[in-house]
Amino acid sequence: MRGGTVVDHTGSRRADVVIRDGVVVAVGADAGADMGASVTLDATGCVVAPGLVDLHTHLREPGREEAETVETGARAAACGGYTAVVAMPNTEPPIDSAGVVRQVLELGASACCEVAVAGAITVGRAGTQLAPIAEMAALGVRLFTDDGTGVQDARLMRRALEYASALDVVLAQHCEDASLAAGGHMHEGEWSSRLGLPGIPAEAEELMVMRDLALCRLTGAPVHFLHLSTAASVAMVRAAKGSGLPVTAEAAPHHFTLTDAAVASYDPVFKVNPPLRPPGDVAGIKAGLADGAIDAIATDHAPHAQETKEAPFDQAPPGMLGLETALSLALGELGLPIERVVALLSWQPARIAGLFPRHGGPLVEGAAANVCVIDPDLRWTLDPATLSSKSRNTPYAGRAMVGKVRHTLLCGEPVVVGGRPQR
Amino acid sequence: MTATSETSSPDLVIDATGGGPRRRRHLMSVLDLGREGIEEVLRLTDSFVEVGERAIPKVPALRGKTVVSLFFEDSTRTRLSFETAAKRLSADTMSFSVSTSSVKKGESLRDTVETIEAMGVDAFVVRHSGAGVPWQIAGWTHGPSVINAGDGWHEHPTQALLDCYTIREQRAHRLGLAPGPRSLGGLRIAIVGDIRHSRVARSDVLAFTALGASVTLVAPPTLLPPSLAGWQVDVSHDIEDVLPAVDVVYLLRLQRERMQDALLPSLREYTATYGLTVRRAALLRPDALVMHPGPVNRGVEVAAEVADGPASVITRQVANGVAVRMAVLYLLLGSGVDLAGS
Repeated sequence: MRGGTVVDHTGSRRADVVIRDGVVVAVGADAGADMGASVTLDATGCVVAPGLVDLHTHLREPGREEAETVETGARAAACGGYTAVVAMPNTEPPIDSAGVVRQVLELGASACCEVAVAGAITVGRAGTQLAPIAEMAALGVRLFTDDGTGVQDARLMRRALEYASALDVVLAQHCEDASLAAGGHMHEGEWSSRLGLPGIPAEAEELMVMRDLALCRLTGAPVHFLHLSTAASVAMVRAAKGSGLPVTAEAAPHHFTLTDAAVASYDPVFKVNPPLRPPGDVAGIKAGLADGAIDAIATDHAPHAQETKEAPFDQAPPGMLGLETALSLALGELGLPIERVVALLSWQPARIAGLFPRHGGPLVEGAAANVCVIDPDLRWTLDPATLSSKSRNTPYAGRAMVGKVRHTLLCGEPVVVGGRPQR
Repeated sequence: MTATSETSSPDLVIDATGGGPRRRRHLMSVLDLGREGIEEVLRLTDSFVEVGERAIPKVPALRGKTVVSLFFEDSTRTRLSFETAAKRLSADTMSFSVSTSSVKKGESLRDTVETIEAMGVDAFVVRHSGAGVPWQIAGWTHGPSVINAGDGWHEHPTQALLDCYTIREQRAHRLGLAPGPRSLGGLRIAIVGDIRHSRVARSDVLAFTALGASVTLVAPPTLLPPSLAGWQVDVSHDIEDVLPAVDVVYLLRLQRERMQDALLPSLREYTATYGLTVRRAALLRPDALVMHPGPVNRGVEVAAEVADGPASVITRQVANGVAVRMAVLYLLLGSGVDLAGS
């Protein structure tokens, strides 16, 4: 890989990268000059970074293959620069047993990126009985969550944290108090009041963040906060980190790029959970990403078949695509140096997911060749028809973007070359 | 086309020869009209009220046009009012309601709308429990006008127009004025009740304030929208404090299911604190109007004696509804050419 600037958590330097049999064998200026490479990828003007890692991907398989499959979702991920994704367990059936974990891992074995699996905390994600966490952990599951809904019962969540604390796993919470959020379809506030749509108050999220910080303190078990969307949530997590609690947090690109005003179109493509928030919350998320209160950008990639999104706003399912736009939005909207952006997208989420250093690790001799090559200055316009995802529910159609993935390598194999998937 | 003296209203001819109103395609929100648009509808309505008083209350203005009422939520009154309006303009009408439709067989909203559009229609009159559905339909279709006949809690613009018309008409009538200034400038209007869940309230606030009235919302905090930022209204929780000062008190229907959502302790407590009882009605000025979009919960938001009393203009609202909807259909679908031809 010639002509790029290598960026990893050790810093950045001008270097070529030589890869053989899935492993980095040499890094340095002109390192590849006399190696007789069979394939040379041009990285001129590009950043060569460890592959991106998404903590929050809905691959929809099993059960919703009309919206996405492991194969198509992984291809979309590779196009977005990801070499690993964590598949969320809200499939049908849910990933709440060793059997379904195995099924998804097998499907992922031949995919364009590594597919890690998140298991459910409770059986059927129903919030009443603990799922077989240890059995799933034995298959390599590192993250557990009932994502799509939060564990409502505080006693059950406490037990889950205590039980998990012996297993080197992380419980991740979709923070939403169900009673306070009930019936809501967008952020509750000025816009919901005007648009006549039932709202979800910010406090529905914040109450559960507050509760889980208390439970984290009580049990000492690590908690990861999924898709934080309000300024107050970020502030609480920042303070908790300051007091030494073992917490991590992620935010989704749509929560730092879009506001609840977008719902005025009544287009269900803007319906998502947690909902799009007002500008003050968007600023809070950006601040959290800038100062480290939030550890990772996670896509919450949530494909939906077109017909399900052509329903009235209050009947359409929440969720939007994210894998193929996250990097560009982070580069274009956060105003952070590229090293920080890659940290939020690569090694920081890789550590939370337990995938470090195979993913997100420094590009040095002997490292696994999971790599993405980013052209940080390329200007492009999003045309949903060109996406690799099986679904088209992106809220960014027609948006001008800056920065794009040029190549993605999975274990040394170029799965994306010149922006195009190779399989 | 044949024309008779009965079917060519002078006002309408003036519109036709004067180049007609600026063509609007849809009426989905009161905001689509603005002050000038509202006043234009009210002016047109005067002509159609006159048509309604004729022996044969029918004009050929929309002959050959097809108006489809697309009702995904029960509403006999609004549907009949629109269909009567369309028929009095000589339009063909079709009616689609969920109970008789393929929606129950799983057909999507978009398929339903596109299928009906393909039959060749000029306007959809849409009622749906989901806020925003008229906007979605307007996005999926290409030719037809979309008229919002009520979307969720959001808007019901023709109700607001008929309310404005009724206030103007009844004020003039009761004060012995000539059918007068179009605006509601200087009037004080209280809207009482379940504002939060009311599309009527949202449209009325926009229309009343656009015409210069000052609006006070009177409700317990649980029945107000979560945010009133940007709303040009005052808020009160004391109906007895508000009643003596207003020219119009507009009561909203209280749905019984609000009790289950912990928004109110009981209907009885609501009536005791916010109902327009006979005793409270005595606080109103002698020329004040009592209004309600119907159907009325007698004895809950308003006492039967008050709903039927001299201050009530509730049946005038219904009567004017037809003329206002004729004006809206004419504004959106009619053209000067059609009328000149008639």
